[in-house]
Amino acid sequence: MNFETTIGLEVHVELKTKTKMFSPSPVEFGDEPNTNTNVIDFGFPGVLPKVNKQAYRYGIMVALALNANVTKDTHFDRKNYFYPDNPKAYQITQFEKPLGTDGWVEIEVDGQKKKIGIAELHVEEDAGKNTHSEDGYSYVDLNRQGTPLIEIVSKPDIASPDEAYAYLEKLRQIVQFTGASDVKMEEGSMRVDTNISIRPIGQSEFGTKTELKNLNSFNFVRQGLAYEEKRQSRILMSGGSIRQETRRYDDATGQTYLMRVKEGSDDYRYFPEPDIPPFHLSDEWINEIKASIPEMPDKRRDRYVNDFGLPEYDAQVITNTKEMSDFFDAAVNHDADPKQVSNWLMGEVNAYLNENKVDLPQTKLTPENLAAMINLIKDGTISSKIAKKVFQETITNGTEPKKYVEDKGMVQLSDPAKLTPIIDGILDSNQQSIDDFKNGKDRAVGFLVGQIMKQTRGKANPKVVNQILMTELKKR
Amino acid sequence: MVDYFKEDITSLHDKLVHKEITVRQLVEATYDYIDKTEGKVNAFITLNKEAALKQADALDEKGVDPDNLLSGIPLGIKDNIVTKGLKTTAASHILDNFMPVYNATVMDKLDALDTITVGKTNMDEFAMGGSTETSYFGKTHNPWNLDKVPGGSSGGSAAAVAAGEVIAALGTDTGGSIRQPAAFNGIFGIKPTYGRVSRWGLMAFGSSLDQIGVMSRTIKDSALVLNAISGHDEHDGTSAAADVPDFTAALNQDIKGLKIAVPKEYMDEGVDDDVVSAIKAAIATFEKLGATVEEVTLPYTKYAVPAYYIIASSEASSNLQRYDGIRYGFRAKDVNSLKSVYVRSRSEGFGDEVKRRIMLGSFSLSAGYYDAYFKKAAQVRTLVKRDFDQLFEKYDLVLGPTAPTPAFGLGEKITDPVTMYLNDILTIPANLAGIPAASVPAGFSKDGLPIGVQLMAKALDEATIFKAADAFERHTDFHNQVPAFKGGQN
Repeated sequence: MNFETTIGLEVHVELKTKTKMFSPSPVEFGDEPNTNTNVIDFGFPGVLPKVNKQAYRYGIMVALALNANVTKDTHFDRKNYFYPDNPKAYQITQFEKPLGTDGWVEIEVDGQKKKIGIAELHVEEDAGKNTHSEDGYSYVDLNRQGTPLIEIVSKPDIASPDEAYAYLEKLRQIVQFTGASDVKMEEGSMRVDTNISIRPIGQSEFGTKTELKNLNSFNFVRQGLAYEEKRQSRILMSGGSIRQETRRYDDATGQTYLMRVKEGSDDYRYFPEPDIPPFHLSDEWINEIKASIPEMPDKRRDRYVNDFGLPEYDAQVITNTKEMSDFFDAAVNHDADPKQVSNWLMGEVNAYLNENKVDLPQTKLTPENLAAMINLIKDGTISSKIAKKVFQETITNGTEPKKYVEDKGMVQLSDPAKLTPIIDGILDSNQQSIDDFKNGKDRAVGFLVGQIMKQTRGKANPKVVNQILMTELKKR
Repeated sequence: MVDYFKEDITSLHDKLVHKEITVRQLVEATYDYIDKTEGKVNAFITLNKEAALKQADALDEKGVDPDNLLSGIPLGIKDNIVTKGLKTTAASHILDNFMPVYNATVMDKLDALDTITVGKTNMDEFAMGGSTETSYFGKTHNPWNLDKVPGGSSGGSAAAVAAGEVIAALGTDTGGSIRQPAAFNGIFGIKPTYGRVSRWGLMAFGSSLDQIGVMSRTIKDSALVLNAISGHDEHDGTSAAADVPDFTAALNQDIKGLKIAVPKEYMDEGVDDDVVSAIKAAIATFEKLGATVEEVTLPYTKYAVPAYYIIASSEASSNLQRYDGIRYGFRAKDVNSLKSVYVRSRSEGFGDEVKRRIMLGSFSLSAGYYDAYFKKAAQVRTLVKRDFDQLFEKYDLVLGPTAPTPAFGLGEKITDPVTMYLNDILTIPANLAGIPAASVPAGFSKDGLPIGVQLMAKALDEATIFKAADAFERHTDFHNQVPAFKGGQN
């Protein structure tokens, strides 16, 4: 029997606001427990929520970037449930009228393009964190309580673990480009819940789905889904049936394990949040937000390929983050050759970032300096070899390349009037090499160039050296 | 030295400014009197004597501001309004030791004007009830007849004012909790427009209905205190972004030509004969003063009670979930799991009426029942509101009784929730519509129990209520009647 797979993804993204969704407490991570809190976060009697407009604005940005319809007349709802990390025992969310509906992103898997629908996205508040200590007590930290989130819910269009991976990658990229979130799985600013079911090809109703938890990277999502896809098909092939259950992915074994069996659905007793009146979004505001959204990665990639002739792969890598792509555009705007900029970003720059485990904005490298350096190579002022030194200096200390090469005397010797006497001197004292050259031994040229470079301490322009050397050799 | 039955805020202010009495003397006299009366009335849950005397001394030191009528005036505060550093319980076991770490906006506003908080007044637990009998801290007695209830849920505030313990008090009103006890105690009580007074720091019961208001013997005193606590508040998203007029400017006006509507549904069977007579007399007074009074119909009135009990209970079921024994308040002893912390703390911490409403609300919101209950109730609410909107196109005020009966006996209705709920039928519509409404002393029953007439106006038009109520007060003498009980001599 052949099966087809249906995957659903619920992605939570933390918004990059200064303050919380409904309280003025700062959104900061890694601080002492319960320090970034106030009476609202603690759910003290008598407190009231106040909507963070910037968070809603980010939500609208993401909705527009995901091609969703923005709901103009909407309100918040309460989702009721008891848990110690949920101090009011309800979460303020959007249930009846989510911020955005009916969006899509385009993914590409094995050269095949496919649109994945987004059922809805909405704004809500995050919960705090419970920790269970070995002293027998459980502790509650409400620093995260109230952090603004958007939840993005996919339509049942994703048909394989690879598509799920590509969808997440695309989602991450788009949201990152809007500037609404850092979207980092490792820091928890992007979190993924997923469900998967399989059904015999041709069957109209979906199979019973299982939910997967503890998926802490895109790779784990892909591996967990792939494992689950096989597990389900094995069960069905052997005549068994799938139970509706929640399973935990274990990255050590690559397998999923039963957490709990779902019986019926939870009743969250949703109802409209009475403390926040329903609100209307004006077209003006939506249009203003639309106009403020930066150019999205797909458009930039096409531009790099079509306008600058970058290879598809290079364009893809450069548009992976907004920082890299913005950097590229800025360097090109400083009159550097786009292909050279791309080569440097993908080569030396990426190597530096990986080696030092930093992001581009954390380095001292500026688009101006990278462009200036590339142009110094182009006009022959420095060699590519010297450029590597200049690069290390400018990315580490932010030194201006031109000033650096001048101060350090790194300017390349390209003047024939200066190089010719040096070359003649070398030839005079290396008759054996001249003889070898005449006898057709090309190695002799390499040796002579080496001698010239040694004498000029590497500053001689290899191209010019080669030209003069050949002319002078022929004269002998 | 000070007899609140013979004073109002203005006269007390004059005495303070002219140093006839000091603030300390006023505060001491207040507590001395309370010491004598509380054994019978039990209007307060917590007294604030030590802090109040300290504040009085500081004010005497600084001098009472002649331009600030409220400076040094002792007030009662209902115990569901959070007061920083002063125990606030909502009359519930689950908060019986709760010390707020912040002030309600109304308290910040009053503090800025140097009023003195005498204490926190008794109430129905979490404001759920119409008799103050559901309080964890014992029943409050009606000063007009100690065997009768003071009404509720602001029964403590009403009884404190009626007994002469304070000159005025803050109450809260979700379905009549200011107006019905005001009527039962022969005083004035106003529930302003929803959004007129910030709810920041009011322990939520029915968030879309709750409103803080004022209770006092004279109308002017309520106008003064309402001036002080009204206004837009950044902390409260439902607070009205409207200018607040000086409510005392509405006093001493002529009401000739005022158009008053009397819904016939408000005078239906079920309304006590004595109440009907008092209201008819009030109508005659208004007509004599030049107002025109016409009978109208508000056809959705009969659906208001069920709609209200669904909406208020639904919101309450969610609002009261935070009392879970985790962060503050009562936690049951010997609990050994998360579930037992929740279940036992809430089972032991809440009283029966609160539990009943949590159950009612949870049911109304649950999957499969939401459309038939909560949603339907919300639709009824829209219709009730529309009824009023149409009426206010033609009329300035809607008039009717505040409650169908005068104060009933202690223990008389507490075992029969439905009868108790029906007592709110005349006050609930104003909460559903979000409009201002007040109860004005309008007479007495044959048994000598006070009766109130209710005046309702369109949203943000409290001024018209003050204008009409003040004209009525100037031409009647009900507010000057003193309960047989006084100073413990009853």
